[in-house]
Amino acid sequence: MLNAIRQIGRNSIRFFTKLGRSVLFLLKTLAGIPSVLRRPHLLIAQLLSVGVLSLLIIAVSGLFVGMVLALQGYNTLVGFGAEESLGVVVALSIVRELGPVVTALLFAGRAGSALTAEIGLMKATEQLSGMEMMAVDPMHRIIAPRFLAGFLSMPLLAAVFSAVGVYGGFFVGVGLLGVDDGAYWSQMQAAVDVNEDVLNGVIKSLVFGFVVTWIAVFEGYDAVPTSEGVSRATTRTVVHAALAVLGLDFVLTALMFGEV
Amino acid sequence: MRQSKSVELMVGMFVAAGLAALFVLAMKVSNLSSFTPADSYQVTARFDNIGGLKVRSPVTAGGVRVGRVAAIEYDSTRFEAVTTLEIDQRYDSFPMDTSASIYTAGLLGEQYVGLEPGGAEEVLEDGADIYLTQPAMIIEKLVSKFLFDKASGDGE
Amino acid sequence: MTAPDTPDESETLIRIRGLRYARGAHMIFDGVDLDIPRGKVTAIMGPSGTGKTTLLRLIGGQLYPDAGSIQVDGKEVPALNRSQLYELRQRMGMLFQSGALLTDLNVYDNVAFPLREHTALPESMIRDLVLMKLHAVGLRGAIDLMPAELSGGMARRVALARAIALDPTMIMYDEPFTGQDPISKGALVQLIRLLNDALGLSSIVVSHDVAETAAISDYVYLISGGKVIGHGTPDIIRDSESEWIRQFMDGLPDGPVPFHYPAPDYADDLLRHGVASG
Repeated sequence: MLNAIRQIGRNSIRFFTKLGRSVLFLLKTLAGIPSVLRRPHLLIAQLLSVGVLSLLIIAVSGLFVGMVLALQGYNTLVGFGAEESLGVVVALSIVRELGPVVTALLFAGRAGSALTAEIGLMKATEQLSGMEMMAVDPMHRIIAPRFLAGFLSMPLLAAVFSAVGVYGGFFVGVGLLGVDDGAYWSQMQAAVDVNEDVLNGVIKSLVFGFVVTWIAVFEGYDAVPTSEGVSRATTRTVVHAALAVLGLDFVLTALMFGEV
Repeated sequence: MRQSKSVELMVGMFVAAGLAALFVLAMKVSNLSSFTPADSYQVTARFDNIGGLKVRSPVTAGGVRVGRVAAIEYDSTRFEAVTTLEIDQRYDSFPMDTSASIYTAGLLGEQYVGLEPGGAEEVLEDGADIYLTQPAMIIEKLVSKFLFDKASGDGE
Repeated sequence: MTAPDTPDESETLIRIRGLRYARGAHMIFDGVDLDIPRGKVTAIMGPSGTGKTTLLRLIGGQLYPDAGSIQVDGKEVPALNRSQLYELRQRMGMLFQSGALLTDLNVYDNVAFPLREHTALPESMIRDLVLMKLHAVGLRGAIDLMPAELSGGMARRVALARAIALDPTMIMYDEPFTGQDPISKGALVQLIRLLNDALGLSSIVVSHDVAETAAISDYVYLISGGKVIGHGTPDIIRDSESEWIRQFMDGLPDGPVPFHYPAPDYADDLLRHGVASG
């Protein structure tokens, strides 16, 4: 009994120490961002590996999600004779929810795990220490550009996902199922609001990008510098990032759309 | 580090694609292109009952969308719902005796305000009040009225 | 422990006094006094696990001591603020055991890295400097290779070229000979000595390779159990009568450093397990 309570205590202490470390780490990272802006080529190189290389998987996923939504939505709506509203269903689900959330989950799996593994291996092979001894701060040179690239890529990727998804729904709904072309777009435009829906989706993806990239670079930097430690850190990145995205999504949705 | 031109090109294309997607979301998917509340005028309309009307519900005339519901309040001295309608400046020649009714799009669709122009000379201006209104139809009321009539009819 | 018989004041580059450092409950240094002379090759030797690498990190300011003083060029390293420390590090080169080359850059960019980070030299001048440094370690031909394509010895030589890119006043070598074949070992031994004399460097070589290290060093410190247990020129050390020094220098399996990790009595242990499993 006493042991169980001690175990809880130990785990809480460990959790809060890690949380504290990660917040300090974040502050140092943010302090490094001005130096990245002075040297944009560091950022561009990271935008390539974080953003561009995630683009294909995000676009393909968006296409399929849009197509599936159109199929499912059509089958439900046609029962009420409301298949004209298919555009609304597809667009609202994607722009408000699926765009930011699915993009963030894919981003955690594709770019987040790669960031953790890369930084963890740099730590394990003494590259980070080596940089410090060359009087180059790895927080400025390695961490900050990666963090900034992830933060900036996420909303762009989510926008691509949403746009491709809406067209995926269009192909299936209008092309295959015979929903009226004009009704698909006009009902969508009537129901989707720029501030209410599109902007909130962008805000969500910014928050997700911030959190996912933060987790990814922190886990890499905090990894035990062995091959096992790096692989564990990579797993933790994907799991923690996914949980954080889903949990935050609820909070953000309640704040933005909830009339509680 | 020397940066190859192709890296810059690909990153440039990525950023452009992201911005283009945002543009599509704003212009094609949402209503930014079709209705901007910047140039519009407001009139109020009082209803006994607005049913399921909501802020941002459409305002139409002859089936064409001309504006939207900007605000809904309740006047507790006259016991009426007060709606503020935001109407596009392009449609600024509605007569003073235009009537407003609340309709439902289809059987289960959303509710909207329909305007029917009258024949007066003067036109509605910003801040004007539409006094001819017809409240929303409440299905439960209709059903109970129908049943009540039926019952009293049987009794005769 | 008494302070080592210090050479002339200005001749001392690094002065360490009463250094204590513990990792958790494990005491790594328990009152270490060291003097690293300027312009010489100083070897720090000791069995694995005695914290030789930790000592280099303490000198480089990556770790902070629990007590004691570490002075580099008259500056108290643990008391420096971040920018002073980074300024000092620009004059320190360090060769890590793994080389610590940046794996996403090729050899040229690796050697150019500190130059690009710390100077605003035009690219043509950087290229000349990189070629000079790579030529000094004999790897000018490997300029376009990636670190993954280098052998361990070549990687260390590239790392050495990078460490001298900014013309530091001192270089610290962390186990430079470990895991090298005799040829690359010989090349490194020669390079350390040559670079030290040609560039007027001060070198610190941390190693447990007795023969190679003793051959090139001017002065030797032996560390074990968190203390300096002997120091002097290689000849003095080699002729020392101390039992411990004899064991280390001659590579005897048993002696003051026992062959067996501390364990309960052998017979007892066997018997107890026999009972438990029977």
